[in-house]
Amino acid sequence: MSTLSYILEKGRSVPHHAPWPRAIADADLWTSAMRALSEGGLVLLGLWGEGSAVHMALLDEPAGTIGALSLEGLDSAGYPSVAQSHPPALRLERAIRDLTGLEPQDLPDSRPWLDHGRWDLRHPLGERGSALPEVSPYAFLRAEGEGVHQIPVGPVHAGIIEPGHFRFTANGETVVRLEERLGYVHKGTEALMAGADLSRGAQLAGRVSGDSTVSYAYAFAQAVEAAVGLVVPPRAIWLRALMAELERLANHVGDIGAICNDAAFPLMLAHCGVLRERVLRASNAAFGHRLMRDRIVPGGVASDLNDDGAAGLRSLLAEIRRRFPPLVELYDNTTSLQDRTVGTGRLRAELAREYGAGGYVGRASGRGFDARQVLRYPPYDSLAFDVPVLNDGDVNARVWIRIREVEQSLSLVEQILDHLPIGPIFNAIPTVDDRREGIALVEGFRGDILVWLRLAPGGRIDRCHLRDPSWFQWPLLEAAIEGNIVADFPLCNKSFNCSYSGHDL
Amino acid sequence: MRKLLFGNLMRLPLTEPAPLPSDAAMEELANAVDTASRRRLGRSLSIRAVDAGSCNGCELEMQALNNPFYDIERFGIRFVASPRHADVLLVTGPVTKNMREALERTYNATPAPKWVVALGGCARDGGCFAGSYAVVGGVSKVVPVDLHIPGCPPSPTDILRGLLALLERASMGGRAS
Ligand code: SF4
Repeated sequence: MSTLSYILEKGRSVPHHAPWPRAIADADLWTSAMRALSEGGLVLLGLWGEGSAVHMALLDEPAGTIGALSLEGLDSAGYPSVAQSHPPALRLERAIRDLTGLEPQDLPDSRPWLDHGRWDLRHPLGERGSALPEVSPYAFLRAEGEGVHQIPVGPVHAGIIEPGHFRFTANGETVVRLEERLGYVHKGTEALMAGADLSRGAQLAGRVSGDSTVSYAYAFAQAVEAAVGLVVPPRAIWLRALMAELERLANHVGDIGAICNDAAFPLMLAHCGVLRERVLRASNAAFGHRLMRDRIVPGGVASDLNDDGAAGLRSLLAEIRRRFPPLVELYDNTTSLQDRTVGTGRLRAELAREYGAGGYVGRASGRGFDARQVLRYPPYDSLAFDVPVLNDGDVNARVWIRIREVEQSLSLVEQILDHLPIGPIFNAIPTVDDRREGIALVEGFRGDILVWLRLAPGGRIDRCHLRDPSWFQWPLLEAAIEGNIVADFPLCNKSFNCSYSGHDL
Repeated sequence: MRKLLFGNLMRLPLTEPAPLPSDAAMEELANAVDTASRRRLGRSLSIRAVDAGSCNGCELEMQALNNPFYDIERFGIRFVASPRHADVLLVTGPVTKNMREALERTYNATPAPKWVVALGGCARDGGCFAGSYAVVGGVSKVVPVDLHIPGCPPSPTDILRGLLALLERASMGGRAS
């Protein structure tokens, strides 16, 4: 029996949690799950709280299954901190503490995370309290030594990018430590979800992170459908994957250019920018929105693909297939560019594994997990594709993973266009009169996106948690930058391209 | 690499107008922006983008203005790295409470005359995040706004159209705070 099913079977199974089980644990079972995490037998997919409960989502990688484990009926004593034995849980637990007030016992770092002391309240997802009258300045970690100095950057950055704060401690040009401080774009999305109807929920989910609007809507819709037990028409299932692959294409080609630009090679940005724009225009022609926002809805999709749209996508494929290979060759053969990307920002494989790093960050450091492949959600179960994996873990490896993924997405788009079933694109959501829970893991361009939700009788959202892959990638950026020069930070940062909005929520 | 670089020198620019009839509107818009910016600014308008809590969708379309299709720099419009270099603050997002002070400080660091453009539905009134404990809800609640460009996100063409409106209004002596 797999580790995960063993643990879940020892707990009390929750009714109407689909498609994977959720079990309620006692403190002992919670602790044995913590042990499995820290020993590497399970991967932490998410950790979130509400009222008097904490939940963790777990992945059993060898078995290819996921599930959730909960501690319920917590009081002021809190719960055993997962982070004390498993560091990837740290920021999640700091966030849980800010949002719900639930106290992780022996939390190794008790500084607030999302709560900057600027809201009018505390614990918006738990028992709400009034804000503290005074906020103490955020205590950055200390670094001491001769010649060591600090460089504060942000929250407002020099480019057109999202806000966050970076505190570099440097010795000369070399970064000794990077500390991130995030939470600037926290919008309280999960509190807005509570009590919302499904269309508002879908709207909010699609606005968690702009570059992953398709993937978030996709994951949200899947979680809802799992909860109510709705089967979506085949055509809609295929169109969803089509949009997801277009989103992946647009982001990958855009980022490949942007990474090269940060290595002082703007020619690639110009060319890749053209390809990105082509993808957005073709998506607009096909689905009526450049980013395909609000096109995936619970029950199906909101716009159908007509012949003109499909023809546009086919000529897009032809164009990228013509123009992309010379760019790859250019990347591969430009020594000034390679000089910056090879060996820079190396992320060790053990760390990527420990943190369950998703997407190109994990795959460039030897972790080949891809939700499309491992969970085989349709239509990916009937499509042929490879998941590229490299072991170097540097900026160069992350660029190559993206290059390979562009090629895979091109093939997927083509396969989808070739085999797109005909028929309806939407099934109405049935009303349910009991409590239902659903969970979904969808592969976005950046990695796996987790959505867990509980619907109240009648179908409104009771609680919805959305976990961005960046939660597990941001801490790794801190590790990868160490020992690099400050000037290579933009390069490392862009090659990770973690989401701020998705993380801050 | 040589081949590609050489090709670049010889090929016609990709910059709009592309040879598509439907892009005539884009060209017209481009000409109008060009004339207006020249008249008003002697070919330079510097924009500082401030993300005050956006989902990043608005930023993606702002970035697209720099791609070879829109090539916004041909109008003398540039995105700059510091508010001290800026004429316009292009602000996105429902202004989170955690970003409010940073927005105020960026505004105060921008020399007059300056304009503030609120970009996207969130920047107008908080969009779908309005009412959250974590957002202020609309840029104008924090700094005075001269123009709002609607959309979620506005397309690059919408943004260009908005900037044109700003330039036109400015050249007619509109308010610049
Ligand atoms: S207006 Fe739309 S795209 Fe812009 S920040 Fe708001 S939700 Fe994102």
